[in-house]
Amino acid sequence: MNWLQRPASDTQITHGRRLWLYIIGVLILAFLIIPTLIVIPMSFSQSQYLEFPPRVWGVRWYENYFNSIEWMTATWVSIKAAFWTVLVTTPIATMAAYGLYVSNIRAARFIFVLLITPMMVPVVLIAIGVFFAYTRLSLNNTMVGLVLAHSVLALPMALIVISAGLRSYDMNQERVARSLGASRLKAFLVVTLPQIRFSVVTGALLAFIVSFDEVIVALFISGGDMSTITRSMFLALRDQIDPTIASISTVMILITTVVFLLAQVLGKSKNRES
Amino acid sequence: MATSITTARNAEALRRDERRERLLLFGLSLPALVMVLLVILVPVGWLFWLSLFNDEGVLSTYNYSRMLESKSYVRIFKTTFKVSFLTTLICVLIGYPLAYFLSQLSKRWVTIGLIAVLLPFWTSLLVRTYAWLVVLQRKGLVNEWGMEFGWWETPLRLVHNLNGTLIGMVHIMLPFLVLPLYGSMRSIDVDYLKAAANLGATPTKSFWFVFFPLSLPGLFAGITVVFVLCLGFFVTPAVLGGGKVIMVSMKIETLIDLFFNFGTASALGVVLLVLTLAVLFIAHKLLSLDRVLGSGGGA
Repeated sequence: MNWLQRPASDTQITHGRRLWLYIIGVLILAFLIIPTLIVIPMSFSQSQYLEFPPRVWGVRWYENYFNSIEWMTATWVSIKAAFWTVLVTTPIATMAAYGLYVSNIRAARFIFVLLITPMMVPVVLIAIGVFFAYTRLSLNNTMVGLVLAHSVLALPMALIVISAGLRSYDMNQERVARSLGASRLKAFLVVTLPQIRFSVVTGALLAFIVSFDEVIVALFISGGDMSTITRSMFLALRDQIDPTIASISTVMILITTVVFLLAQVLGKSKNRES
Repeated sequence: MATSITTARNAEALRRDERRERLLLFGLSLPALVMVLLVILVPVGWLFWLSLFNDEGVLSTYNYSRMLESKSYVRIFKTTFKVSFLTTLICVLIGYPLAYFLSQLSKRWVTIGLIAVLLPFWTSLLVRTYAWLVVLQRKGLVNEWGMEFGWWETPLRLVHNLNGTLIGMVHIMLPFLVLPLYGSMRSIDVDYLKAAANLGATPTKSFWFVFFPLSLPGLFAGITVVFVLCLGFFVTPAVLGGGKVIMVSMKIETLIDLFFNFGTASALGVVLLVLTLAVLFIAHKLLSLDRVLGSGGGA
């Protein structure tokens, strides 16, 4: 146990005297990740109830999920909505972030705060407001309505991430390109965008997650064939603990983990570059 | 003489040009602005307008005065504050040690630690809530193991009540507290701690008198984000509270879903919004808004 006697920090405290901290830290990290991950093995149970570890392994609940027309429709609605949200939010957030950053006018600060209000207003208030407005515009239960609402909810995150990317970028490079005769648009597309692409991609992935996870607004404005997967799950959960949801959860964990890893890998390449 | 006139004229033209370009660039934010206006500001403003009318369509403060008079509404606000306060408190108690632990790790380990914090952050809120339901229920994992090991005899009531709500909400809010706190701890200059040690402070002393005060901005930023998100929370208390923990946002949903009562629901929503903005405003006065807004996400 040599390691315990070694100093842990510049202040010469040893690892041994820090042991309690390490134990507490690891326990809290376990609290953060284990409950979610435990659903994965439980979903592969063949019995009628959720067990850990499953007495008989099987894919019964996955069959239930993949053979259910309602669950499949809801899954596709969610995936489609998330993709459209990315396509709408990313360019709009990039334009706004760039415009507010370079225009440098006094109102820019105020506009920025205005654009991140979707993050500050309680979601349930947004939900009933959108529901009320959509009833008049007959946008309830439509993909357009869902994507529009989700795009606004995703905007603040994307805007913050892309703005941060722009702040750490040296705008002089774009000035050089323009003084060499490139138009502003060309300079942005050829010089700036490739260098902030990691924050743009992170913003896009966050937009995907925001839409894919969203429950409350969808609860009000989507229904029937346009019900999202999270909405259907939420309604099912209020009544009973359906083991099918364990298999759906596993699929959702898989999707979000892939998105998360993509963001991590892309974030890493940014660090290496700088 | 002639040159100075042209220079002046050129300068004037250049200034005009610059102003026009600034406006043009500013215009790039218009699509975002229009979207937020259409989806958030106009509908919420409309709801505010609706909240000012009573059931007969007459302008009155009925919807608001009812909130103060009716016991059930007062209780809902009390519950909301109690749950938000307790969640924030527990998050601080377990989030601070976690952030401190992460800030003391070497680069290699901290990457793993941060992934463990960020992964749940990205995982669907509903999936995590469901996971807790499965783990904490009467015949769930915790009760089964607890009884097998003889820690308790009868199944504990861990879910469908306040306990379950708090466990689930702490789990979801913890990253929102830990991430800004960790950031602020990382930016503390180690030289201060070395200086404290050099002047004879014990590790405990140098922690409480040097490190802890310097980590407070991050802690306050985290507390603000967590508290504000808790105030408007819906999914977790609705699933894990089992109808026993009714927060404002859940009441709003019921009012619309069952009674289609936009007036009362809007009034509740407006009060919730005002409370949220008040907390954010106080936090903004106490510390920089950028830090609060740059660190969190939606619920």
